[in-house]
Amino acid sequence: MTENVDQSKRRMLLAATAAAGGVAAAGAGAPFVMSLMPSERAKAAGAPVEVDISAIEPGTMISIEWQGKPVWIVRRTPEMLDLLAKHDGDLADPSSSVPQQPEYCNNATRSIKPEVLVVLGVCTHLGCSPTFRPEVSPADLGANWAGGWFCPCHGSRFDLAARVFKGVPAPTNLIIPPHQYLSETRLLVGDDDKSKLKGGQPADKGATA
Amino acid sequence: MMNLLKNLLAWVDERFPLTSTWKAHASEYYAPKNFNFWYFFGGLALLVLVIQIVSGIFLTMNYKPDALFAFASVEYIMRDVQLGWILRNIHSTGASMFFIVIYLHMFRGLMYGSYRKPRELLWIIGMIIYLALMGEAFMGYLLPWGQMSFWGAQVIVNLFSSVPFVGQDLAILIRGDFVVSDITLNRFFALHVVAIPLILVLIIVAHLVALHEVGSNNPDGIEIKKNKGPDGHPVDGIPFFPYMVVKDAVAAVAFLIVFVSVVFFAPDMGGYFLEYNNFVPANPMKTPEHIAPVWYFTPYYAILRAVPPLFGSQFPGVVAMGVATVIFFALPWLDRGQVKSIRYRGPIYKAFLASFVVSFVGLGYLGLMPATELYTWISRVLAVVYFAFFFLMPWYTKIDKCKPEPDRVTSK
Repeated sequence: MTENVDQSKRRMLLAATAAAGGVAAAGAGAPFVMSLMPSERAKAAGAPVEVDISAIEPGTMISIEWQGKPVWIVRRTPEMLDLLAKHDGDLADPSSSVPQQPEYCNNATRSIKPEVLVVLGVCTHLGCSPTFRPEVSPADLGANWAGGWFCPCHGSRFDLAARVFKGVPAPTNLIIPPHQYLSETRLLVGDDDKSKLKGGQPADKGATA
Repeated sequence: MMNLLKNLLAWVDERFPLTSTWKAHASEYYAPKNFNFWYFFGGLALLVLVIQIVSGIFLTMNYKPDALFAFASVEYIMRDVQLGWILRNIHSTGASMFFIVIYLHMFRGLMYGSYRKPRELLWIIGMIIYLALMGEAFMGYLLPWGQMSFWGAQVIVNLFSSVPFVGQDLAILIRGDFVVSDITLNRFFALHVVAIPLILVLIIVAHLVALHEVGSNNPDGIEIKKNKGPDGHPVDGIPFFPYMVVKDAVAAVAFLIVFVSVVFFAPDMGGYFLEYNNFVPANPMKTPEHIAPVWYFTPYYAILRAVPPLFGSQFPGVVAMGVATVIFFALPWLDRGQVKSIRYRGPIYKAFLASFVVSFVGLGYLGLMPATELYTWISRVLAVVYFAFFFLMPWYTKIDKCKPEPDRVTSK
């Protein structure tokens, strides 16, 4: 009886069964894995947010929520902007060569309008939200501190253009989210696609200023 | 009456291995007679598991896994559910107690070489239990939806996003969202109350089966099975039931006195068992001034913080932390010593084990503290000591001068 077994046919059938079973298992696994990915509702929650920035006093910031994360909008004073250029040697990436910002913010102030900084308030180390410390040379942060953000979790430091200092845990500058001006005082955070705006908006002027 | 019971037992035994299982794992499972203090913690771990499962089941009856209601439902359990505060304090105290007991249980293994041949697989299964327990504790910690729950989960999930190439997608897959959210809370609840407890129970059964197959180690690190009496049982062994059970019962009573003292008089244990920031509802827009994981994760957390970013990535620190946790798996093959027990080891092993304990406790302390420059440097030194214990082990255990092992177990 055993002599008559066609071993190669048996192996072929085994392989075919295993392959078919594997495909079926992958198919059956699909709903389990896919259900773990962000749902349509979670994806929709990432919609752009419109903000009125007229009430932000120079030297202060507001925090808004976009995609469940804090986005800071800071109106920097001329003195703050002057200080930005003075500590390039202490920064890990002073010229923002790592693409942590849209092209139109790849400049010295990391912003569209020099005075208005729009930045994602999430530390690039492990996702804490750093604390705004605009004052110059406070006792706890040292004489060299020219204003910026300090992360309470692991001590990362960022300047007022949200650029990271050397020797701290955060590896890169904070992220500048896509954004555009709808008017002089209205800002849209999370979307920089001009084609979505109604034609002839002053937004284009604001974005290129 | 006795006859009836006897007949019933015989009836069952013909259909189910009841008596034979009882004999194999209890009344005729021979454990070394020289067990000491360090052999209490396996049984205590089992006791805490039962406490956690029972208190957990009753907590789910009033807890709501919803970002809008979770924090309030825990407060409701604490204030309005009759004696609910006891249940909640039992569960939160049990979490920390579980790790205290498990760390002492693991340290026992290190001291007496319980991971050595033929117990490699027993050790590996134990390590899997430890990892599952860490996952269980981490997910459970998100459920009260306080500030530490939220930001702790945020930091830990972000560890995964530092993995090159697939990190961001991996973090999204874990969270089910782009941030830690209601979706994350809901799935952590499912994993915490259903999936991981099921896995835990299964691998704990496997741990016991493996233990009973190879037999328990003992403080002398010699095999009692090598010396059997005319009855076929080890001469230095005594049956688990009733002798070891009675011994463990004494330990259980002492342990429960400590346990309920914490539950009633210091449930937050000065901020170590329940962190103060966790009595503030989760706020995704504001990180608390100082965040630290619960104490049982802080040794690894300190190692994570000690590694500076390399090549513009946090990943090396994450790797160091990961290696620090899983390196225990390799112990059976790293140790080349001629003896198992610390009693007969030479001075080099003792020095390394002592420095390892110092580094583990020291890192645990530093992980709770804010990261100052001094502390970061101390963490770096201690992390090197930590890894030296493992990576130099094949060398120092080989050259260490061991004392001769006795033929029979001794009682000190």
